[in-house]
Amino acid sequence: MTNITPAISVRGLCKSFGALKVLKDIDLDLAPGEVLGLIGPSGSGKSTLIRCLNMLETPTDGTVLFQGRIVSPKFHAKAPAIGTGELRRKVGMIFQHFNLFPHLTVLENITSGPIRVLGEGRAEADAYALDLLAQVGLADKAQAYPAHLSGGQKQRVAIARALAMRPEVLLLDEVTSALDPELVGEVLEVIRRLAIGGMTMVLVTHEMSFAADVASRVIFMEQGKIAEEGSPDQILRNPTSERLRGFLSRFHG
Amino acid sequence: MYNWDFYAIFQSFDLFITGVWVTFLYTAGSIILGILVGLATCFARLSRFWWLRLIARSYQELFRCTPLLVQILWAYYALPMILGITISNTMAGLLTLSLYVGSFYSEIFRGGILAVDKGQREAAAAIGMSGVQSMRYIIMPQAVKNMLPSFINVSIMQLKNTSLLYVISIAELTYMTSVVTSETYRPLEAYSIAAILYFAMLFPLTQLADHFERRMRRSD
Repeated sequence: MTNITPAISVRGLCKSFGALKVLKDIDLDLAPGEVLGLIGPSGSGKSTLIRCLNMLETPTDGTVLFQGRIVSPKFHAKAPAIGTGELRRKVGMIFQHFNLFPHLTVLENITSGPIRVLGEGRAEADAYALDLLAQVGLADKAQAYPAHLSGGQKQRVAIARALAMRPEVLLLDEVTSALDPELVGEVLEVIRRLAIGGMTMVLVTHEMSFAADVASRVIFMEQGKIAEEGSPDQILRNPTSERLRGFLSRFHG
Repeated sequence: MYNWDFYAIFQSFDLFITGVWVTFLYTAGSIILGILVGLATCFARLSRFWWLRLIARSYQELFRCTPLLVQILWAYYALPMILGITISNTMAGLLTLSLYVGSFYSEIFRGGILAVDKGQREAAAAIGMSGVQSMRYIIMPQAVKNMLPSFINVSIMQLKNTSLLYVISIAELTYMTSVVTSETYRPLEAYSIAAILYFAMLFPLTQLADHFERRMRRSD
């Protein structure tokens, strides 16, 4: 591990909203190809942490490094630093509430990034978008508007939209939390296939069995700190600390 | 029973035509300028610089909280005295109408932009769009849909507001109607025709607006 440059590193990361300290001195390394599960109670800072990784939240203190380059909060930054513009081209994010663009068709949602940001031609972008739609099982929905899709379908489109940028890392922020229970499976299946395909991912999740299944490492956060960290086996199946056991017990009914 | 007689009125119908044309020009001109002023003011109010917000806010309140008639008279009579310059009635009229409607447009634009879910901006940012790209391709198209009904309402009002230019002798429809009245001594007929002409100008516009609004709802 030591001689591989981590996909993302975090050093001494702190984030406050006013007087509220949400993240307290976080250190973290994400290896290429790793699937990191972030679990913890509400308000423990999981979402804020993942949002700091692509600068949707600007850290109050500390640094984030992408492939060894210091991330700057500016859109453009001088090398060797990396600006948020370039960072976000390489780090995709999928949101709890999908955040699809309602005025654009499914196809346009997926191609907006490649066309506007990467400067791809429409034909090329459309072809790749259709390919991605087929991969998430929605080839027939290319011309539909988001309002006409189910939650599970919306989230699969959102995944395709993120993948269309050919990201090197994917951040998934509670992507199944807003879904009806019967729609969770179809979204998790897509993520599972990404994990098998070697995509580097950070997933904030409440789906413990899913985290145990796909994650290569799990971090348990509590009160803005990393409380425990280890393999899914250690953290999810054989928790040692009282707090972690208490937290997990709520998910086994 | 009043004896309606439109003969004399129709003799001077070209005066009405002039009035309609001038009304149209002032409406179109002040709407275009008003959109520019309104956009600038809207972005100034959304700016992170407090002094820009203050200037924009002061302008909005000044023009929204005083009657248009007073503004027109003030711009034509008082402003030249203060500045020591001459201002034509055309200039005073167009300027006042534009600033007046711009103050209302700016709030409509701002409301339309703020009503777009903040997740939209985040999603645009997350695929690497710059602030300008996100505004242009993601926020604005949705904001326009939000603001369209109010925008059309204020614009319809604006056409009717041009009738106040009558007080500074601009040859728009209401002023021309008064000219026709003084020539024909037929005020009831003249003002009836004026009302019909205003209606004929606005009714197709409201229909067109409905059509556009329906088209924009395609994605719902």
